[in-house]
Amino acid sequence: MTTVEEKAEPGRKRVSDEVLRGFFREMLLIRRFEEKVEERFRAGELPGFLHVAIGQEASATGVCSALAREDVFASTHRAHGHAIAKGTPVEKIMAELYGKAEGCSGGYGGSMHLYDLEVGNLGANAVVAGGLPAVVGAALAFQMRGEKRVAVAFFGDGATNTGTFHESLNLAQLWKVPALFVLENNGWAESTPAVQQLPLPVDQLGKRAAAFGMKLIEADGQDVEAVYLAALAARDHALAGRGPVLLHLRTFRLTGHYVGDPQVYRDREALKRERETKDPLRLLGARLELSDDDFAALDAEVTAEVEASVAFAKAGTDPKPEDALKYVYA
Amino acid sequence: MPELTYREAVRDALAQALRTDESVFVMGEDIAEMGGSMAVTQGLLEEFGPKRIRNTPISEMAIVGSGIGAAIQGMRPVVEIMYEDFLTLSMEQLVNQAAKHRTMSGGQVKVPLTIRTQGGAGWSPGAQHAQQLEAWFVHVPGLKVVFASTPEDVRGLLWSAIYDDNPVVFFEHRTLYPLKGEVPTKLEPIPLGKARIHREGEDVTVVATGRLVHEALQAAEVAESEGISVEVVDPRTLLPLDEEAILGSVRKTTRCVTAHEAVIRGGFGSELAAVIQHGAFDWLDAPIERVGARFAPLPFAPAMEQWVVPHAEDVLEAIRRTVARS
Repeated sequence: MTTVEEKAEPGRKRVSDEVLRGFFREMLLIRRFEEKVEERFRAGELPGFLHVAIGQEASATGVCSALAREDVFASTHRAHGHAIAKGTPVEKIMAELYGKAEGCSGGYGGSMHLYDLEVGNLGANAVVAGGLPAVVGAALAFQMRGEKRVAVAFFGDGATNTGTFHESLNLAQLWKVPALFVLENNGWAESTPAVQQLPLPVDQLGKRAAAFGMKLIEADGQDVEAVYLAALAARDHALAGRGPVLLHLRTFRLTGHYVGDPQVYRDREALKRERETKDPLRLLGARLELSDDDFAALDAEVTAEVEASVAFAKAGTDPKPEDALKYVYA
Repeated sequence: MPELTYREAVRDALAQALRTDESVFVMGEDIAEMGGSMAVTQGLLEEFGPKRIRNTPISEMAIVGSGIGAAIQGMRPVVEIMYEDFLTLSMEQLVNQAAKHRTMSGGQVKVPLTIRTQGGAGWSPGAQHAQQLEAWFVHVPGLKVVFASTPEDVRGLLWSAIYDDNPVVFFEHRTLYPLKGEVPTKLEPIPLGKARIHREGEDVTVVATGRLVHEALQAAEVAESEGISVEVVDPRTLLPLDEEAILGSVRKTTRCVTAHEAVIRGGFGSELAAVIQHGAFDWLDAPIERVGARFAPLPFAPAMEQWVVPHAEDVLEAIRRTVARS
């Protein structure tokens, strides 16, 4: 995670190359982490089922880099990138995927329930839109106590069709709580494309903010600099007491809904084109004019970090079966 | 000892918690200027102001869910769901979120949230304003469930629910709001998970909740005149359940009737019967009798409504049946 001090001034139109290089490294770490997750799942080492965020790294890094440590967020079933970007060490996330006591949720949560209260991760949620109301409530607590913090909800385009989404944005705007609703619009609700689940053209989903009188900020979700600047502006808006923001990021899921998804519903040619033209790492790499050597050095670094996380996870402790009852009640 | 109505006792617990602790606040539909559709929260807005006594939109999912988020951030919200029928609209947040955050986070998260609600038949509200759904929530690990039947209990239990670090679904019964009863001068918290023996007896134990506690006490009076000595126990907290008190009573009397206003099938009485047959099998002299509503959505016409829900006579007949067995 980029530290607050390294960030651009709010309102600045451009982020320094140095900061962008930091973003690139983190996005590459997320990418390599996700690829490793796919590999280890296919090798039969990871229980349960998994959703990776390949293609959506710029959203995680751009938004979380604009947040302070004391800001909180709730994520979705596709949570690994958000958790990494908000500062949970990758070995704690990998250990969680292996079901180990050293995991960020102690082995109780798994991939879809990554928590880390210390860095403000209120939990990833396996019910679509399930985390949104709690983000409103967290922001309400900050507002009531006069704390300069924001609460952030990540969710996808599919979530905007739930009643929970509408109830949450309505209440948040009514009470003008400092919440950011980050719409990661990848145009797919599992296997169902935008045209079958959205009455609006996919790029116009931000219009839903108008129904609540809510501030809308939009950015290209594949451009990490744009995401970052948009998130900074959104955070400023919320902290100024001007109410919550719908931050609409158009993004691309360059892989299946879940690891192992054969994607029979997807046009192969279109997917190939998206991989060539919408990959946020390629786009940023070109922008930074990274040399092959620069890239190789960074890649070696983050790959080693990911490999170390697997070793850490495999060496972890299996929870005792009877520990299942340990946290049912406080 | 002062006397309060059940309604005033709820209000008093809320007011005292609000006075004691800045982290307590109340939100729900129509609870501010109107004072709640049951007039429970009357006067709270005037004393505590609109930041802490918050009217909400009709958004049960967001009411419970925002309570969860505020609770995780260190507040102690008390949310009101106007009728327990409307809990159905917040089930996702209650069952998937509030109840599970602590376990899913490996113990990092606490959710000190109280969800007050009320229901109950007897005034022809029809099928969607009077259900008794407490048994649903007893099935959910991570929730606590309270159902208070007297002014003293409702005040002391609500205090404990607010200060419990877990989500508590707190049931009140609509027809009990005007009921008067003595309460201690100073609010005495009643621990969750402790039953109350309302009346001691030798021959039959009636384990009753909510309105049926009072019906059971009436039935016990009549039974006494017939030479049957009845003990009436109110668990007060359904989850966690004071099994020790209930089993102790049944081992003494050797017969048991369960009584609630909810339908019998899958009702809390079924759970009680299972606990009792397992823990007091060698003591039982008769099958456990379950009293509850007939298996129908609550009809509107008073004659049908009254026929569907149980009364003192139903408890009395069940008592007689258990005694007739031996």
